[in-house]
Amino acid sequence: MKQIQLKQVSKCFGNVEVIPPLDLQIEEGEFVVFVGPSGCGKSTLLRLIAGLEDVTTGQVLINGEDATAIPPAKRGLAMVFQSYALYPHMSVRKNIAFPLRMAGLDKAEQARRVEEAASVLNLTDYLDRRPGQLSGGQRQRVAIGRAIVREPTAFLFDEPLSNLDAALRVGMRLEISELHKRLATTMIYVTHDQVEAMTMADKIVVLQAGMIEQVGSPLDLYHKPCNTFVAGFIGSPKMNLLAGKEAAKHDAHTIGIRPEHVAISSTAGEWEGVVGVSEHLGSDTFIHVTCPVFSEPLTVRASGELDLTYGAKVYLTPDLAHLHKFDDLGIRLK
Amino acid sequence: MATQHSRSAARMMMAPATILLLGWMLVPLTMTLYFSFKKYLPLRGGDLGWVGFDNYVRFVSSSSFWPAVATTLVIVGGVLIITVILGVLLALLLDQPIWGQGVVRILVIAPFFVMPTVSGLVWKNMFMDPVNGFFAHLWRAVGAEPIQWLSQASLPSLIMIISWQWLPFATLILLTAIQSLDSEQREAAEMDGAGPIGRFSFIILPHLARAITVVVLIQTIFLLSIFAEIFVTTAGAFGTKTLTYLIFQRVLESQNVGLGSAGGVYAIILANIVAIFLMRVVGKNLDR
Ligand SMILES: Nc1ncnc2c1ncn2[C@@H]1O[C@H](COP(=O)(O)OP(=O)(O)OP(=O)(O)O)[C@@H](O)[C@H]1O
Ligand SMILES: [Mg+2]
Repeated sequence: MKQIQLKQVSKCFGNVEVIPPLDLQIEEGEFVVFVGPSGCGKSTLLRLIAGLEDVTTGQVLINGEDATAIPPAKRGLAMVFQSYALYPHMSVRKNIAFPLRMAGLDKAEQARRVEEAASVLNLTDYLDRRPGQLSGGQRQRVAIGRAIVREPTAFLFDEPLSNLDAALRVGMRLEISELHKRLATTMIYVTHDQVEAMTMADKIVVLQAGMIEQVGSPLDLYHKPCNTFVAGFIGSPKMNLLAGKEAAKHDAHTIGIRPEHVAISSTAGEWEGVVGVSEHLGSDTFIHVTCPVFSEPLTVRASGELDLTYGAKVYLTPDLAHLHKFDDLGIRLK
Repeated sequence: MATQHSRSAARMMMAPATILLLGWMLVPLTMTLYFSFKKYLPLRGGDLGWVGFDNYVRFVSSSSFWPAVATTLVIVGGVLIITVILGVLLALLLDQPIWGQGVVRILVIAPFFVMPTVSGLVWKNMFMDPVNGFFAHLWRAVGAEPIQWLSQASLPSLIMIISWQWLPFATLILLTAIQSLDSEQREAAEMDGAGPIGRFSFIILPHLARAITVVVLIQTIFLLSIFAEIFVTTAGAFGTKTLTYLIFQRVLESQNVGLGSAGGVYAIILANIVAIFLMRVVGKNLDR
């Protein structure tokens, strides 16, 4: 079932069109991630769905009903903000109970649901603290707790992990994914971190300058990026996008090859190059290789056996099965 | 200031200012205490020697004492209530995006720049005058008998004048406090189903608690010593004699410095009682 549908939704701030008219469908129970560079309109799109901004044109449908004119509180959506937006003067318990209190639920029911949410999120020991006395990860969980007690039809997350350190981010990423599996509620998640997008999403929506570049599953986007923007954005490290004579050999304006699909050898190969900086990640080593045939250095994944000191001469061979071809507008060629 | 050396250097450099301030405070206080134990009538014999606690007893047993204390508290309390309530409302209003915001904000803070004497006279002569005042015209326009503001409703009139003067101060401080509220918090409350009133009472008002405390404390300090507004309007008549004004009358009109000084000491005590009371009630908002 289509749970949230955007029909020709656009948004202007004054004369600036931040989001040109776009269509989007989100199915029930899906984990959808909006991803894109900073300033591309991810938050704005999320706020349009939440009702915190009015659409300039178009319609927002929730559960098949036109929700464009419905105020945010009545849309049945819960939002987790980047700054957590906890109420500093209330205890954790009161923070989590706040939406229930506003909905006029009786005290016993409120307490029951708060306890339940707290045990799901490991917050039971902190219920009587103020938000100021919690760590970043705990605050994040309180914000999520405040969202889940309402039993919303969908959750909206706006970069909820961007204030956390790397280790905690990985942990919270798992917790949110697990929460999604358990609740089976629709979640819309905004991030500019493509690793988060790849690991969490059922469906990724790649945005650029307010426009949807591609919608698809993480592996779809990884294997079949529909243009050079998506190709360069999804995957870490970035895909090598190469133009010029070599691309013309493959009947394309630009060819794309991921670092993991290039073979490196010290004796023979298609492209000759010189080793630049190497990045050792333990499991993998990424090497920057400068080839005279390309204007930009390539990133290549290497296994440890080769002698790859700075300045050594190497040969690269792309795996043709994983070669992506794009035309002069950056659109993928079949 | 981490090292021993830098600490002592800092003390040396601060010493002149500290000593000056201390002297500034201690000299008048000591003189007040000194005179309060003396019979000192500048135009009727001058210094007539020590009299122990005579002045203190006389000041309290005077029929004007308790009414003056009551008047002081009524004025301070009334002005605080009006300025805080209206200040919050005005701050909420000014926080909205309205046309000509800059001009409106300047207009709102303008009364604060008017000198107390001037504002007292303006209100007395241009608004509250029973014959030519603006209010008199207004009352007559609707066919009502003009009110003799400063004699029939003297205390409310004074509270009105003083509130008008202090409202900008309260509004300004509360406005900055409202503007410092995280907009995501408001939006979160909106998503959580809080209406405008819910948002105000659960989010905005608690956020303002600290600013309101600051307004109350600072205003109290200044309102306890209100003088010019009374001097130019009622001159202490019609039940508008505050403790400060009573002291002024004792010293300058009755030319009794000893008695006035004793009153000054009572004023210090009253101010401290009010301060302790306020710190008990609202001071806890400050250390959050
Ligand atoms: N209230 C506003 N008034 C005018 N322009 C705005 C407003 N809010 C956002 N914009 C503009 O809209 C564009 C998209 O903003 P948005 O906050 O949606 O970006 P984002 O994708 O969430 O970026 P980030 O990843 O940095 O959070 C930006 O260019 C921003 O300047
Ligand atoms: Mg954003």
